[in-house]
Amino acid sequence: MTAPSRVRPARVAGGVGDSTLRPDGIPKLEGSFEYAQDLWQEGALWGATTRSPHAHARIVAVDVSPALSIGGVHAVLTADDVPGSPTFGLEHSDQPVLASDVINYWGEPVALVAAEDRDTARRAAAAVKVRYEILEPLTDPGEADTRDEAFRRIRIRRGDQEASGPVVVEGYYETAMQDQAPLGTEAGLAVPDGQGGVDLFATSQFLHVDHEQVVASLGLSADQVRAHPTGIGGAFGSREDVNLHIHLCMLALRTGQPVKMVYDRSESFTGHVHRHPARMWYRHEANRDGTLARVEARILLDGGAYASTTPAVLANASYFAVGPYKCDSVAVDGVGTRTNNPPCGAMRGFGAVQVCFAYETQMDRLADALSMDPIELRRKNALTTGDHFATTGQIIETPLPTVEVLESLAAMPLPADSESDLLPGGSGLTTEARHVMRGIGYAIGIKNLGFSEGFDDYSQARVRLAGSGAVVETAAIEVGQGLVTVLAQIARTALGISDVTVEHVDTSRIDSAGSTSASRQTQVSGGAVLKAATTLRDRILHHHDGDDLTDQGVLRNGDVIVTMGELVADDWQETATFRHPPTTAPDEYGQGKLHADFAVAGHRAVVDVDPELGLVRVIRVDTAQDVGKALNPEAVLGQIEGGIMQGVGLAVMEELVVEEGIIRNPNFTDYLLPTILDAPDVEALLIEEDGSWGPFGAKGVGEPPTISSTAAVAAAIRAATGKAIERVPVRPQDIAL
Amino acid sequence: MIVEFLLNGEPATARIVSPVSLLDVLRDQLELPGSKNACEQGECGSCSVVLDGEIVCSCLVMAADVGDSEVVTVEGIGGDGLTPVQRAMHHSGAVQCGFCTPGIVVVAADLFARNPNPTTLEIKEALAGNICRCTGYGAIIRSFEKLARETS
Repeated sequence: MTAPSRVRPARVAGGVGDSTLRPDGIPKLEGSFEYAQDLWQEGALWGATTRSPHAHARIVAVDVSPALSIGGVHAVLTADDVPGSPTFGLEHSDQPVLASDVINYWGEPVALVAAEDRDTARRAAAAVKVRYEILEPLTDPGEADTRDEAFRRIRIRRGDQEASGPVVVEGYYETAMQDQAPLGTEAGLAVPDGQGGVDLFATSQFLHVDHEQVVASLGLSADQVRAHPTGIGGAFGSREDVNLHIHLCMLALRTGQPVKMVYDRSESFTGHVHRHPARMWYRHEANRDGTLARVEARILLDGGAYASTTPAVLANASYFAVGPYKCDSVAVDGVGTRTNNPPCGAMRGFGAVQVCFAYETQMDRLADALSMDPIELRRKNALTTGDHFATTGQIIETPLPTVEVLESLAAMPLPADSESDLLPGGSGLTTEARHVMRGIGYAIGIKNLGFSEGFDDYSQARVRLAGSGAVVETAAIEVGQGLVTVLAQIARTALGISDVTVEHVDTSRIDSAGSTSASRQTQVSGGAVLKAATTLRDRILHHHDGDDLTDQGVLRNGDVIVTMGELVADDWQETATFRHPPTTAPDEYGQGKLHADFAVAGHRAVVDVDPELGLVRVIRVDTAQDVGKALNPEAVLGQIEGGIMQGVGLAVMEELVVEEGIIRNPNFTDYLLPTILDAPDVEALLIEEDGSWGPFGAKGVGEPPTISSTAAVAAAIRAATGKAIERVPVRPQDIAL
Repeated sequence: MIVEFLLNGEPATARIVSPVSLLDVLRDQLELPGSKNACEQGECGSCSVVLDGEIVCSCLVMAADVGDSEVVTVEGIGGDGLTPVQRAMHHSGAVQCGFCTPGIVVVAADLFARNPNPTTLEIKEALAGNICRCTGYGAIIRSFEKLARETS
C-alpha cells in the first residue's frame, strides 16, 4: 500500500507564530488559579522546620520533648526518622535530609514538626531544643580553594599556550550572591495513600528528579510515590533542588494525615540555593588590529555548603569564560568551592552571567587600550557558525548570529539626552537634571541551550485525542514562563487541530520531561510534542487513507470521511521521546562537543547617575536576541523583559549580604528587588534564522536576556562616571566615594 | 473575638483567637485564596485589598481591626467575565506566573476607578508597591497605557 499524498497542516488558529493568550491567564487574573500555597485537604496538618541558627556547629543533643508536649502537635521528626537515604542531592547526594551530626550552613534543617495549625507547628519547631557546639565556619572561598575544599575544578587549555599579543589588559572582578526571589515561596502538600505510599504536590522545576530523591530517602519503591505538578509562582532556578519535598512526605507517612507546608519569605531565603558569588581574574592579549591572541581566566565560584548544581554551574562559567568571541589560545581554570556559606546552585543564566560581566568589562578595556570602537572590537572577534568555540574547540554547527545581534543593536535609535520621566532618586527629588551624568554601555553574551557535557537530555510527551480535540500530556513544569501555551501551539500546528489543551501529569503517568531550566523546555519538550503530534497525525491519516486532518476530522479530497467525534472514540494517542543532538564529556583539557546549541544576545543600557549620592537610574535597555524562531512573539518579549529586569537587579541593587555564613537580609525589605519605577524602557529585536534543532527552528529564550544585561548596565555606569566598576551590584559608595 | 465586616459586598464573620492578619483570615478562614502571601512585610503588594476605599497590604492589617469595615479582594473585582483591567492584562502578556497578578488587578482597578485616563508615570506610581518578578513590568505598563488610551 502506498501512502496517500498528504498536505501539510494548514495554518491553525493558535498555532506557532501567533501570540496566543495563556490558557491560565483568566484564573490567574481572577485569583482562582490554584498554587501550591493554596492546596488544602480536610484533616491536613501543618508542617514546620527547625533550622540551625549557626553556620557551622556540632549537634550535641536534640530534645524534641518540649515540642511534643505542646497540644496539637502530632509528630516531631529528626535525622533518626529518615527511613531511607540520609542524604539527597540533584547531582551528588551529599546534603542531609535532616542534619544529624554537623551543621554546615545557617538555616540547615534539624527537625520537622506536624501540628494541627500553622502557628502551633511554628511554635513547636521553635521549641525543639538543640544543643550545639559552635565551630569556626569556613566562609572565605579563597581560603577554601587553598585548602582544596572544592566540588569541582575545571582546567581548559586550548591552542598554543605560548601565544601572546602586544596589547594586554588584566582585571579582577566580583559578582555578588543573587536570589531568584520568585514571588511564590516553597510550598506543598503530601497525602498518604493509605497503603504506605504518598502523593506529593509541591513546587518544583524537575518533577522526576524530585521523585527519585524522595523515593530514595523514604526507602520506598518508585511506584509508591507520585510527584504531581502544581501551580507555581515563579522559579528562576530556585526550584531545581529538593527542599521541603522529602520532609512533607516523612511527616505525612508518619502521621497518616495530609501535611501542608509553606515557607515564609525569610525561610525561603534559606530554603533554596542562590546564584553563586564569583571572583574572576582575567588577562586578554590582543593584536594591534584588535583580534584576540590569548585569553586567560581564573574563576572562583563559591558553592557554599553542599554540591547542588555547583559542578555544572562552574562548567558553564568556565566554558563560557571567553564569551561569543573567537580565540585560539585559551587557558581557563575554574573552581567551585565548598564553604559554610549558603548553598548555591541554579539561577537563570547558570554561571554564564558572572563571567559575562568580567569578559565584557575586559573587552571594553581592551577597546580603550586599542583606541578602537568597542562595537568594532566585538564585531572583529565575533564568533559565528562554523567557528571553533574558544574554550571547548567544538565547531559551532547551529546558527549563531552574533554579528547581526551586534549590528542591529548598535543601529537602534538612542533616546534624546534629556529623555527620562524620573531622575536618579526618583520622586525623592534628591538631585537636579544638570547634575545628572548619562552613560551608555554595550555588552553581548552567550549561553548553551539544553544540558551539556554528555548528559542524556530528553523529554517525553504524549498527544491523545480527547473531548473535541487533542490533549498534550507532559511532566514538564510550567513556572509562569508560558510552556503551557507554547506546547499547545506546537501541537496545534503539527496536528492541524485548533482545540488543544495541555495537561501536566504526575510521575506515574509519563517519563521525565527533564528540568525546566537551561532554556530547554520549548526546544526539548516542544520537540517531544512535535514528534508525538506529527506521528499521530501521520498514523491517523494513514489508517483512514485521508489526506488532511482538521478540527472536523479526517478529510479526503476536501470531504470529511471520519469525524473528530469518531476519532476521539477510537482513543488515538502517541507517546514520543525527543533527545537533542548528543554531546560529549570534556577531555582532560576541557575539549569536546560539550554543548548542543547556543544563543547570543546583546544589550545596550542607558543610565543616569547622580554622582553625589551614587544613585543610578536605568533609563533604557535595548536588546537584540537570537531566538531561532519566535513561536509566541509576545511570550518571547515577556521572557526578554523579565530577564533584563533580573540582570538590571544584579547590576544595581540585588545582593544577598552574607557575613560569617549568615544571610543578613533575608526579607523583601532588605533584599532589594526592582519595582515598576525601576523598570527601564525596553526595545527588543528578535533575530530569527533557520537551522536550529528546536521545533520549527525555535531556540530557548529564557536565559539569554539575563546574561549580558548586567554587564551592559555596569558599562553604562562606567561610561557615566569614569569609575572602574569591577563589582556588581554597583553600590552608591562605589560611585560616590 | 468575632469580627463582622463587609467582604466583597457580602456580610462576613471571622472568629479570631490569636493575633492574625487580615490576609491570613481571608486565605485560611474565609476561603478567598486570591490574595497572595509573598513577603508578609508589606513590600510586594501581592496581598493588596481595598479597605474602606484605600489600598492596603492585607498582611499588615490586623484582622481584629476590620470590624464594620468594607473589604474588597481580587475575588470581588468584577462580576461576570473579566473587567477592563483584567482584560487589558490578559491581552497584553501581563501575566506570567501570576502570583503578583491579583494584587496588581486590585490596585489597577482602584487606579482606573479614580482616574480613567492615567499617564504612564501615574500608572507606575500607582503600582510602585507591587513587585512582579517575571515580566520586568513592560507588559503590565503597556496593558494599562492601552486601557488608558481606550478610556480617554
